Amino acid sequence: MTAAESYSELRRRLDAGETTCAQIVADSFDAIQRGSGLNAFLAQLPAEATQRAAEVDARIQAGTAGRLAGMTVALKDNIALKDAQLTCGSKILTGFTSLYSATVVERLQAEDAIIIGKTNMDEFAMGSSNETSFFGPVHHPLDSARVPGGSSGGSGVAVAAGMTCCALGSETGGSVRQPAAFLGVVGVKPTYGRVSRYGLVAFASSLDQISPFARTVHDAALITEVIAGHDPNDTTSSSEPVGSYTNGLDEADVRGMKIGLPREYFIDGMDEAVVARMKELRERLEDAGAEIVEISLPHTNYTIPCYYVIATAEASSNLARFDGARYGYRSPNAETLEEMYELSRTEGFGTEVKRRIMLGTFVLSSGFYDAYYRKAQQVRRLLHRDMVEAFKQVDLILAPTTPTPAFRLGEKTSDPIAMYLSDIFTAAANLTGIPAISFPIGKDANGLPIGAQFMAPHFQEGRMFQGAAWVEQALG
Amino acid sequence: MTDTATIELTPELIARYEPVIGLEIHAQLLTNTKAFSRAATEAGPWPNTNTDPVVLGHPGTLPVLNRRVVEFAIRMGLATNSQIRRRCGFARKNYFYPDLPKGYQISQSDEPICYEGWIEIELDGGETKRIGITRIHMEEDAGKSIHDLDITNTLVDLNRAGTPLIEIVSEPDIRSASEAYSYLMQMKSILTYLEICSGNMEEGALRCDANISVRRRGAEAFGVKTEVKNLNSFRNVEKAIEYEILRQIAAIESGETITQETRLWDAGARSTRAMRSKEFAHDYRYFPEPDLVPLVIADAMIEEIRAGLPELAIARKQRFTTQYGLPLYDAAILTETRDLGDYFERVCGAIKQQSPERFKIASNIMMTEVLRVLAEQKVEIAGFGIPPERLAELAELFADDVVSSKNVKDIFAEMLTSPKSAKEISEEKGFVQVSDTAFLEEAVAQVIAANPGQAEAYRGGKGNLFGYFVGETMKLTKGKANPKMVSQLLKQRLEQAN
Repeated sequence: MTAAESYSELRRRLDAGETTCAQIVADSFDAIQRGSGLNAFLAQLPAEATQRAAEVDARIQAGTAGRLAGMTVALKDNIALKDAQLTCGSKILTGFTSLYSATVVERLQAEDAIIIGKTNMDEFAMGSSNETSFFGPVHHPLDSARVPGGSSGGSGVAVAAGMTCCALGSETGGSVRQPAAFLGVVGVKPTYGRVSRYGLVAFASSLDQISPFARTVHDAALITEVIAGHDPNDTTSSSEPVGSYTNGLDEADVRGMKIGLPREYFIDGMDEAVVARMKELRERLEDAGAEIVEISLPHTNYTIPCYYVIATAEASSNLARFDGARYGYRSPNAETLEEMYELSRTEGFGTEVKRRIMLGTFVLSSGFYDAYYRKAQQVRRLLHRDMVEAFKQVDLILAPTTPTPAFRLGEKTSDPIAMYLSDIFTAAANLTGIPAISFPIGKDANGLPIGAQFMAPHFQEGRMFQGAAWVEQALG
Repeated sequence: MTDTATIELTPELIARYEPVIGLEIHAQLLTNTKAFSRAATEAGPWPNTNTDPVVLGHPGTLPVLNRRVVEFAIRMGLATNSQIRRRCGFARKNYFYPDLPKGYQISQSDEPICYEGWIEIELDGGETKRIGITRIHMEEDAGKSIHDLDITNTLVDLNRAGTPLIEIVSEPDIRSASEAYSYLMQMKSILTYLEICSGNMEEGALRCDANISVRRRGAEAFGVKTEVKNLNSFRNVEKAIEYEILRQIAAIESGETITQETRLWDAGARSTRAMRSKEFAHDYRYFPEPDLVPLVIADAMIEEIRAGLPELAIARKQRFTTQYGLPLYDAAILTETRDLGDYFERVCGAIKQQSPERFKIASNIMMTEVLRVLAEQKVEIAGFGIPPERLAELAELFADDVVSSKNVKDIFAEMLTSPKSAKEISEEKGFVQVSDTAFLEEAVAQVIAANPGQAEAYRGGKGNLFGYFVGETMKLTKGKANPKMVSQLLKQRLEQAN
């Protein structure tokens, strides 16, 4: 397998008998081995994957193989796979094994995808650079001194470095789109409720969404199509029918499309290359007959504060179950119940996680709830209204995914605010629940990838895949 | 604060204060599966067996609301004249405890499913009083921590975790310990009639906390309240409230101030003791549960539930007095549980000659024989061996003067272990009363002839000798004579010959 090969090409070769799943899986583990210095994987599943490959090869021969036959997939280590570890990149879950598989995993397996392993991530998905993992940082494949983005850095690298065909990550504020932009791959954040969260370890339940990485828009559309749809185990998942996202992608066209550029997303201090690539893309779109409309999302400035109040509040409650009582890490130094809680959590969680639990506990506490949590919910409704108003004028919103290409390891670790601001263009889609897709639009002078994103109205994934597919074909 | 009063509490002193009491009742719902998962609710054979990843709070799991929980809560709301909220949500109540697997309890906060209701309780004098219901909300139970099985560890059993509960909060309308007792009994009756809770306090299926304060009679402002917990029987609720009222009066009379705090009832010591004061009260950091969508209740669902509501004990008791002509006393006892009332109604339904006299005979047999046996055998009516149709036969045998009241007891005792009918048993035992007029006239004549002196004395005015003649006649007939006919014939004969 070559790093550039898409699933569509791979599947053609599989069906033609030019290769086998056994070979693809072996290649996958070789690539992981070669890239072991990137620290992308926390667990590999060679025995399970090899056995599965043989089964799928037999089904390909018999002509009964599923839609994702032979697709190698890496799972972020906060997505449950039965009998496998589920560390969330944290010491506190060391030794824990999941009793069940996430709904998305069952759907992938039902279509004959092959799970290769569990990937590194920021601890409990709290981070934008993959530097908060208890198991060490993930490195950028093009420059090991740089971050791959986060929190789904391991899954992003698995796809970017050709270790797997696709990967699942999770988004709470941009944790798939941001690394996708840094790594030059495609990252999809589906509508909130489009994909079941059952089996995704919760960070902030009202924002979290399982989100795939792929090397092509078509592959991204295909895997999204498979994992989407109502799940009785997640009552927040939507019963809205799932469309065919892959249909017509080869003939994608933007002629007559109204594309909005929010002026609040073109800010001072943005990287020059990002500005330049965005300008080129705008011109290409106009040349192809798209109508570019300048729009305003007036409450954009409040996105990050609002996000950090809501996400930390929910996290403080979601992470309460990691207390040393029933599973995971329990401090050997504890003598009393109080100490078991205090020491297990103090020793088991890293700095960033503790910072967010403290913040979240504070914003929910009596006397501060109205000033912070309730206020943030009100702001969230305003952001939602901004989007609804914008989509009355345009079909898609186009914006840079990140203000800069991949930054250096350690560059922002001492400044949490600077780190938090790297989600500035992505968090609005999570807060408002709309779908978005990040795709590569070129490189900077150092050869680092730059990404842009389309945002679409709720449940209009099909429209954004069309737009992204056109860009992919236009930029070649 | 001292817990023992140093001043003497005279009835006059106590009468100067008015207690103000509100009760919070937790009722475990009789659903087959848990509030938010498919795990079974029945008592598990071993600790931690009625669980699944959701109940265990494993990472990545999500709650799915059990529809029955909503139905049961609405049933209780309608039975307590409450408003039903058409759109409500759940909230997380956050606190750490080893038997709380998620580190939060899914409950309801600002939007309880039912609100602004009331029930009527019966006071000692026979009047009724209306007690307001502030709210009824749905939540999940925690597991159990067991501190006394292992020397060095606390053990956790999560079989109970996730079991659905409703919490019923009363208005502070209760004014005495006995009113609190009546209120609680009334709630138990409603819950069990609705078949949504077993009502068993000893097993923890029904739990009660009391908020208690006292104020000077005539004062409008409430006093400072304490919350008394650990009231694990109906009688303990009454005793604990009684104690706490007197403790507060004594404290105030001694010049102390009442502190807002949580107190535990110690049934052994028959007193309450401070558990935690307000400063140490938990900040539960309630916020809307993001894992559950808002619950929207359709009018059709409410109407369907309303149509299926059973008659409750209070109404049934009244009906028993009118439909069956029972005294209020009988009616109250026979409607204590829904099953007992159902059994009685089946007995009455099987009686061939429908009449208030016969219903009363059935009631007497129920109250003297059936209830005695249930108490002795410690079983509920559901586990009682005699079918209602057979009990009806026994009642009719007596009503038809075929057997005596003493025979009824003996036949009943036999029926407990025999599949035979009352008639068969009475015939086998030779219990059948002789009501043959010619035979009885002959016996009466013999007795009078054998006792000429007594007959003379009776006729001379010694009326109390009549019982003697009855006794002699019964003896002569070996107890088989119909006593009613014997009396009639004796009266005739003794007066005739005069």
